[in-house]
Amino acid sequence: MEEKFKIEIISPDKGIFSGDIKEAVIPCFEGQATILKDHIPLITFLRPGLVEIENDKKFYVEDGTVEFSNNNLLILSASIQNIKHIEKEKINLMLKEAKEKISSNQISDKQKYILNYKIETLEQISL
Amino acid sequence: MPSLDDLKKRIKSVKSTQKITKAMKMVAAAKLKKAQENAEKGRPYSEKLRNIILNLTKSISDETNAPKLLAGNGKDKVYLCVVITADRGLCGGFNSNICKLAKSHFKSILKEGKELKIITVGSKGHDQIKTEYSKYIIEKKSFKEKKQISFTEANEIGKKVIELYEQEQFDKCLIFYNNFKNVITQVPQAEQIIPTFIKKEDKVKNDTIPYEFEPDEDEILEDLLPKNVSVQIFKAFLENAASEQGSRMTAMDNATRNAGDLVDKLTINYNRSRQASITKELIEIISGAESL
Repeated sequence: MEEKFKIEIISPDKGIFSGDIKEAVIPCFEGQATILKDHIPLITFLRPGLVEIENDKKFYVEDGTVEFSNNNLLILSASIQNIKHIEKEKINLMLKEAKEKISSNQISDKQKYILNYKIETLEQISL
Repeated sequence: MPSLDDLKKRIKSVKSTQKITKAMKMVAAAKLKKAQENAEKGRPYSEKLRNIILNLTKSISDETNAPKLLAGNGKDKVYLCVVITADRGLCGGFNSNICKLAKSHFKSILKEGKELKIITVGSKGHDQIKTEYSKYIIEKKSFKEKKQISFTEANEIGKKVIELYEQEQFDKCLIFYNNFKNVITQVPQAEQIIPTFIKKEDKVKNDTIPYEFEPDEDEILEDLLPKNVSVQIFKAFLENAASEQGSRMTAMDNATRNAGDLVDKLTINYNRSRQASITKELIEIISGAESL
């Protein structure tokens, strides 16, 4: 029990998930991070990837903001979805769009970085 | 004096109008519940996002170097006003209240010799504003076909606003919407979203926790502030949706009651003139019999 901390995942429309957990893996902008209890207060934002909660629940995110303080993990994201609820066709569509975008030359390095992760994650979950 | 037949027709028509308003009230009540739920569900997100921004801004040591969206670009010349109204009428003073507030703001902005740009969301507001301020309207949006407004639509407008800001098309941005207080009261509100407006007392209230920032504050703020604009607009949408239904419900409730009163009055009139005609006929018969 003592090892657990609170997590709250909220999208603009509704709360997605909340509860007490032991461990969460989040795709921070500068690399994946695992959050355990008594992590130091942190504010960061996300790149496309998977939020994994105790290897059990997985959520796909494109962007979002994360705050951790007083053993409360707060994830705010407009694009968060439980991967069980995404249809395969939609993944393929998103994958196609992202690939088209990345092959065009008018994007910045930062966008390229984000798109690369998006494609990688989508390919991972479409398997 | 209208004939008996006329009165009968009027009573019938008022009654059918009453039926319509009653049905509309019922529909609005059902929709209100949903809209209220949505507004409540949307609240934590905007509140928490605001909290994070507050925490971030406290950590910024050099205020002059803060991102433009937060601190403003130092100018105060061009105003962008986003007026959010409904797409449907028959909801009491809902649309006109927002427009009234917006127009009074427009007036003072123009009076001070500043430039004005308007984006209208929702067709009813556009209709009311274009009569006087059509040359200032740079864009009109309407989500009439959409059954329910989601974050996607708010994001669309938010992105548009940010794009304009980055092109330095305006210096300050205000949004106008109805704040949902309760079913009977909706308060039209003007809110400044660019630069992000933070009250002094809010700044003091929160105790500062030494956060670790990843990457650094500025980059997080740069990512966060545009999102905040969209979220603020979305919040305004949700409040507006709830207000619209609440306003419609009250308006239709009043209409139903008025129709009821009218029916009562007309019925009395009808009965009186019916009685009068019967008496008249009786007198005619009696006096006819007497003369024989």
